Amino acid sequence: MKSAIIVFPGSNCDGDCFHVLSEVLGQPAEYVFHKEKFSAGDFDLIVLPGGFSYGDYLRAGAIARFSPAMESVLKAAERGKLILGICNGFQILLEAGLLPGAMMKNRDLKFHCHDVYLKVGTADSPFTNLYLPGEVVKMPVAHGQGNYYADEDTIERLKSENRIAFYYSDEKGRVTEKANPNGSAANIAGILNEGRNVLGMMPHPERCAEEILGNADGKKLFKSILEYLEGRSKIGKIGRS
Amino acid sequence: MFKAKINVQFKEGVLDPQGAAIKGALNHLGFEAEDVRVGKMIEVKLKAASLEDARTKVRTMCEKLLANPVLEDYSFEVAEESL
Repeated sequence: MKSAIIVFPGSNCDGDCFHVLSEVLGQPAEYVFHKEKFSAGDFDLIVLPGGFSYGDYLRAGAIARFSPAMESVLKAAERGKLILGICNGFQILLEAGLLPGAMMKNRDLKFHCHDVYLKVGTADSPFTNLYLPGEVVKMPVAHGQGNYYADEDTIERLKSENRIAFYYSDEKGRVTEKANPNGSAANIAGILNEGRNVLGMMPHPERCAEEILGNADGKKLFKSILEYLEGRSKIGKIGRS
Repeated sequence: MFKAKINVQFKEGVLDPQGAAIKGALNHLGFEAEDVRVGKMIEVKLKAASLEDARTKVRTMCEKLLANPVLEDYSFEVAEESL
């Protein structure tokens, strides 16, 4: 499992992602600068890390999506390579049209930086196969624009196609208005594309992937990817990859 | 040289959290605001062969980058500027 971590001007979770992939998982990982194009065949997983690419100017992710590296990401997604966008990475995937919908400022206009509980919406993906459907996990969020918006038809489609990977929930897995930190439609914290090879999520699994940090709930996400790529996951192979 | 004034606004039906906060403040000041929507005004000076060409370019800018069609509508005015 070889990973690329795309570094945009303003990325600030690239080091954490690199650490988890290379040290915690013990897999090769490389930084790719946003000005570089790369060959999709060189990597199994491409991570768009969190941060504030281009200072969130205009809209979060709006400028980063035109980076040369993003052209390669679009091609890699088309070929079925796994793409993981975390926080700002999720915003970039939305702006690039790899995932449906858009992000707005948090409902209360505040920057939210705290742990949240998430209910796993589907274990049927390369990213979540080690979780149980309905399992409750804890991960930190850190964002000002995580208020997911999509029209009703899109939300219904995401639900019916089992593409909502994570919902904001309470500790017991109840998906309530109170457990929704930012106003996201349907409490959506993370979604998959149609081919299930692209995941965007606002919470930060890379910040909770080691026992020493007091929370290793995010490690299962990265291990799921490894299990999947090595052909050991219960979900088999998706699409064309 | 042409100058475009571009207005980007949330679509009808999209809840605007900034607008809601400002409405609250206006009402606190006694203005009885019914609805407040916050948008962006972007000014672009550009070179183009004609007014029509400038309008085409500005429309493309809006569609590619300046507005997000999921959330936002745009409108613009373009005028020729004397150097």
